Amino acid sequence: MEFSVNHPLIFIIVGIIVAFVLGQSVFFLVRALKRAKELGISSSTVKKTVSSSAIFTIAPAVAILVGVVVLSKSLGVALPWLRLSVIGSLSYEVIAAQNAMEPLAQDMSSVVTDPSVYVTVLWVMTLSIALGLILVPIITKKVQTGVSKIGMKDKKWGEIFSNAMFLGMISAFLGYVFCDVTYIADGHLQGLTPVCVMVVSAVVMAILGICSTKFKIRWMTDYALPISLLCGMASAILFSNIFGGYAVPTV
Amino acid sequence: MKKNMSYMDSVHYYGRIWGLILGALIIAVPLVLCIAFSAVPKWDALVKGLIATLPMYWAVGFIEIFTYVPMLGAGGTYLSFVTGNISNLKLPCAVDAMERAGVKANSEEGEVLSTISIAVSSIVTTAIILLGVLFIVPIQPILENPVLEPAFEMILPALFGGLGVVFISKNVKLSIAPIILMLVLFIFIPALNKGTVGIMVPVGVLFTLGVARIMYKKGWL
Repeated sequence: MEFSVNHPLIFIIVGIIVAFVLGQSVFFLVRALKRAKELGISSSTVKKTVSSSAIFTIAPAVAILVGVVVLSKSLGVALPWLRLSVIGSLSYEVIAAQNAMEPLAQDMSSVVTDPSVYVTVLWVMTLSIALGLILVPIITKKVQTGVSKIGMKDKKWGEIFSNAMFLGMISAFLGYVFCDVTYIADGHLQGLTPVCVMVVSAVVMAILGICSTKFKIRWMTDYALPISLLCGMASAILFSNIFGGYAVPTV
Repeated sequence: MKKNMSYMDSVHYYGRIWGLILGALIIAVPLVLCIAFSAVPKWDALVKGLIATLPMYWAVGFIEIFTYVPMLGAGGTYLSFVTGNISNLKLPCAVDAMERAGVKANSEEGEVLSTISIAVSSIVTTAIILLGVLFIVPIQPILENPVLEPAFEMILPALFGGLGVVFISKNVKLSIAPIILMLVLFIFIPALNKGTVGIMVPVGVLFTLGVARIMYKKGWL
């Protein structure tokens, strides 16, 4: 069979896997919806969860599409479609592909024509993310049961435990936002862009929260996160122009 | 499948089945393509590529499971680790859903709403990527427009600014120590940046849990 990065066979294989993953999401969604009813969670809460999750997802999903476009120049459309629909993450996949192509002297912007190069890149990308596939089915139950027990033993500590986990994660991302500010002294103002974007997003979120409480506008709470996300992203264009970019150029 | 299985047990039962089948399918893709195109990997490049990628990804992947499972819940975990993009999409989506509904991640209500949120997010992401693949030619110039590039690159600050304000305002005392630690680390250690933020998430989580435990024992929370 003659190889091409956009060979119909690759599309068929990827299509089957994407359909399988879609089936899994629908399966879990239907079961969770049934369970929500049994637990007495109000239908308005469930409906709002569905609609706000769908709306929130649009902007990050479009950003993921940028990754598909970047990878498609060398790997065709089918493989990036698979890697970014299933398991892959925007930041990891591009790096994995770069690491695989470097020893092959393959450029990220030219189409792979050698099937050996293609399968080499595919093996590196697949094996690099294989750990989650193997471990999640094995250890999720143990980890999750252990965490549930904490909440059952001491309810207050269980709540603090849960909040502490989220705060720990959020603090790491807030720290990253400031990673380039030390370069301001050298005249590199680009590091201010992520800081200003974060501030805009936080201020918009706070205003929406205050307004929804004060004026009892419920939809503002439901869509506050997607709105603050979009405002932050839009402000990135402005601040990037003011500060000459969004990251300090590597020398 | 036993009929008397609890909801949580059935989530693990089906999660494992779907996960193991998908794992086999994913590993089968390069195998099938090697056979179909009579292609043999370039072994030296494969080894070099794996050395450059695998240790870091496996280490992060291992820590991610322990860090994210308690936050995502069981159903959310089985879905998220299959569909990917956890920290930049699935987790914020689930966290926001649980926060608005006023439920905790370690309760069954939290488990159910997190699963609904992540399942919907996964379906929408899959649909958008499918549309993008179908219409890649007309949308490529838009997605690669240099004017829009900062908006896509700055998605994490835009996301965590909004999410941060919600959680920090509700847990001011508990937020101080981890935020100071992370600011100091990210500002003064040049190796810490966007590429390494994933490694710092478990550090932040463990540190905050330690601080929370001490503050709780001393009656400060």
